[in-house]
Amino acid sequence: MAKKEESTTVETTKIDAKIPAGPLAEKWSNYKAHQKLVNPSNKRRLDIIVVGTGLAGASAAASMAEMGFNVLNFCIQDSPRRAHSIAAQGGINAAKNYQNDGDSVYRLFYDTIKGGDYRAREANVYRLAEVSNGIIDQCVAQGVPFAREYGGLLDNRSFGGAQVSRTFYAKGQTGQQLLLGAYSALSRQVGKGAVKLYSRYEMLDVVVIDGRARGIIARNLVSGKIERFFAHAVVVGSGGYGNAFFLSTNAMTSNASAAIQMYKKGAYFANPAYAQIHPTCIPVHGEFQSKLTLMSESLRNDGRIWTPKSKEDAEAIRTGKKKATDLSEDERDYYLERRYPAFGNLVPRDVASRAAKERCDAGYGVGNTGLAVYLDFSAAIKRLGEDVVRARYGNLFQMYEKIVDENPYNTPMMIYPAIHYTMGGVWVDYELQTSVKGLFCIGEANFSDHGANRLGASALMQGLADGYFVLPYTIQNYLADQIQVPRMSTELPEFVQAEKDVNDKIKKLLSIQGKKSVDSLHRELGLIMWDFVGMGRNKAGLEIALEKIKEVRKEFWSNVFIPGKDADMNSELEKALRVADFIEIGELMARDALQREESCGGHFREEYQTPEGEALRNDEEFSFASCWKFMGEGNEPVLLKEALDYEFIHRQQRNYKA
Amino acid sequence: MDKSINVTLKVWRQAGPKVKGKFETYKLDNVSTDSSFLEMMDVLNEQLINERKEPIAFDHDCREGICGMCSMYINGHPHGPDGEITTCQLHMRVFKNNETITIEPWRSAAFPVIKDLMVNRGAYDKIIQAGGFVNVNTGGVPDGNAIAIGKDIADEAMDAASCIGCGACAAACKNGSAMLFVAAKVSQLALLPQGKVEGAARAKAMVAKMDELGFGNCTNTGACEAECPKNVSISHIARLNREFLCAKFQD
Ligand SMILES: Cc1cc2nc3c(=O)[nH]c(=O)nc-3n(C[C@H](O)[C@H](O)[C@H](O)COP(=O)(O)OP(=O)(O)OC[C@H]3O[C@@H](n4cnc5c(N)ncnc54)[C@H](O)[C@@H]3O)c2cc1C
Ligand code: SF4
Ligand code: FES
Repeated sequence: MAKKEESTTVETTKIDAKIPAGPLAEKWSNYKAHQKLVNPSNKRRLDIIVVGTGLAGASAAASMAEMGFNVLNFCIQDSPRRAHSIAAQGGINAAKNYQNDGDSVYRLFYDTIKGGDYRAREANVYRLAEVSNGIIDQCVAQGVPFAREYGGLLDNRSFGGAQVSRTFYAKGQTGQQLLLGAYSALSRQVGKGAVKLYSRYEMLDVVVIDGRARGIIARNLVSGKIERFFAHAVVVGSGGYGNAFFLSTNAMTSNASAAIQMYKKGAYFANPAYAQIHPTCIPVHGEFQSKLTLMSESLRNDGRIWTPKSKEDAEAIRTGKKKATDLSEDERDYYLERRYPAFGNLVPRDVASRAAKERCDAGYGVGNTGLAVYLDFSAAIKRLGEDVVRARYGNLFQMYEKIVDENPYNTPMMIYPAIHYTMGGVWVDYELQTSVKGLFCIGEANFSDHGANRLGASALMQGLADGYFVLPYTIQNYLADQIQVPRMSTELPEFVQAEKDVNDKIKKLLSIQGKKSVDSLHRELGLIMWDFVGMGRNKAGLEIALEKIKEVRKEFWSNVFIPGKDADMNSELEKALRVADFIEIGELMARDALQREESCGGHFREEYQTPEGEALRNDEEFSFASCWKFMGEGNEPVLLKEALDYEFIHRQQRNYKA
Repeated sequence: MDKSINVTLKVWRQAGPKVKGKFETYKLDNVSTDSSFLEMMDVLNEQLINERKEPIAFDHDCREGICGMCSMYINGHPHGPDGEITTCQLHMRVFKNNETITIEPWRSAAFPVIKDLMVNRGAYDKIIQAGGFVNVNTGGVPDGNAIAIGKDIADEAMDAASCIGCGACAAACKNGSAMLFVAAKVSQLALLPQGKVEGAARAKAMVAKMDELGFGNCTNTGACEAECPKNVSISHIARLNREFLCAKFQD
């Protein structure tokens, strides 16, 4: 305890999230009724930078351009359509209650708060549930081909953590279709000249002038040129930081850098420890592996998870003496159905992941590494027929077969948890504004709505809620005061300095000319994260992690080798800049996890669990969002606490058993 | 499982758009047949970096066949010899021990090389910007269930919509035509009531843009369909032609 108090400095400044007054269900309408707006002729004079073209960035850029603002939109990929959101498979939630199964805005709100283990803000989550229905309407109007029933109406499926069917989907490619919808809206505005697109650009710093965000420094990834961009406000929708673990389900260029730059320019970083380990990923299979592949959660609708009941059978399977299909029904342990009868295979992700780890740690794991469990479709195939299963999950089964070389129609899939999503992120208030004025953060990059654990199909919902329906309003409340501010010159000293800092950093990296590749150092970091800051965390382990991350940082800054030049396309340099920031976020995650002496959602401290091995929250002491404030290079960050007051919901121990 | 093979790689290296490129040959031993093609490329790059040489530039991001970022012409096929998948989903188990594998960038007039195996596919974005959308603003739209859409129609639209914009169709086509890509979008939106209204105008605008950007004409060789990693069917080209005729008729 004493040690902890030494290492974490707590500041007691009250953090104001600017939650509107009034009853929960009226807060958002009240806000919109009283916020300031910008009139059409003034909108044309205001520039907004949007970093990111994922669901959050693309929807925000398109919507704000439609309203009349001038938008500059940046992404790393060669086309905005390739942002990582494209990879989301399973679906998107909305409280439509089309199935008449008792769903409502309140229930979606309640499930999301409970799923997040009571560590999210009530007002934000309620607003999210409230705007969710509009998202579905919007996407349908854009031509998103959601799955339909025979009668022509929209179809739904169930996802973890809910007892209603509220998930809308487009085969196993929901993220792709939603993103292409947003991309088409964005492209329409690009065609009209309302959005200027900068693809193959990477933001490397935020420019802050007199306490307000006024632009960014970005690198043209084709020429290597560093460029300056001004705007009246800067919006960042750069996605999550799961790649700190090296192996994750995120795309290769998903990164933490934009968020770390905001943090270093004064934006608080909230709840970095809250990361989600997804239960259904294809297990790790080799040293050379570059990423992990998710098998959508929707598979848990029809797939049953099991391990052998006896250790002998597990051993026989690991050594290839037996096959999964050799085991009879009563030799199988459907451990989720056994432990959680009410939710069965559809418990939330954190619960399902820990249960898989528990089985494998206890010696019941399968696959050649013993780090895998089965996801079995034989019952579904028997019940529904292979055709129906193919129609629902065909592309996922194909993906699995191409990677593992086994046919999941005949033999159960093997799965294991992997890092997938980060609930933590840049702190934002109700208006999605960070602690730096004029700097906004949306989508997975912010921390706002999922508390300590995100429910399936809620990230797509949040990204599009932020971009289509929340930010386009709230940003006006800020910009209404900025209409007198003329466009600024990028020759101002703050721009010059920011560019110089970026150039110095790049020169420093290129001059090291050490012996290790960027990837090998990233891999080292990832192993530390997985071993000590992963599914099961404890004080001793987290302290080791902090030490080891320091060593990796030292090694990185003294022994990395980056070939090539700065003024050229240079993918090793790009990766190095990102890994430098993964080291920072890795440290922040460990620090936050150490500070949070409770278990909640995706953050599981082994010291704090119930006798049945479930997460044990401590609402007395830890009912707050931890907000980390940067105190300069080489100094320890300071912790600020945003108290989470539950006015409307009574908090309980999460229970998925009955 | 867990086997390994030795391969010889003939890789196109080109320092920049205006520089002349050439093939370089590399030998790579003990490649696990369970690794993906791009993981094999990572291993090769790691080897080059250890030799203090510049790694091979190639595009990739999701590595699960959905973002459309990876490209590469492998042994004469866009996305390699295996069917219905992208380069990132290709696995080394389809190659033989001691095989020589030839790797080139997309070759198409409209996709200039940026570096090594990386090309500029910005032209596809420009085609979408010319009309690949429904004209709706955010907000003020009807309820999602206001118009019923038959399941078969929705499914067909979904098949067209699964195009990942990778560019393999134009790269595979001897005329360098982007017709399959354009048709997939026109067809998706023309099938659905929301998009049907503007169907003819959309087809006209997108085809005009395609012509302007230097893509060739479609002569129905079918190479695009054969190489498309997402199985987008050339029947969509027929639907595009119908929409296009409609547009001509209205002129
Ligand atoms: C495999 C997988 C499956 C998933 N399935 C589901 C699902 O079924 N349902 C669900 O709700 N959620 C799902 N998720 C989560 C969800 O997809 C993401 O949380 C969400 O798409 C994030 O959207 P975003 O817009 O915030 O960021 P992203 O889509 O990650 O976009 C980030 C954007 O920022 C850009 N960018 C980043 N840094 C910079 C920089 N420095 N400079 C310039 N540009 C930058 C990138 O180029 C990109 O355009 C899934 C996630 C994964 C990994
Ligand atoms: S039609 Fe097929 S080959 Fe062409 S861009 Fe789309 S997915 Fe790629
Ligand atoms: S890397 Fe995304 S499709 Fe291949």
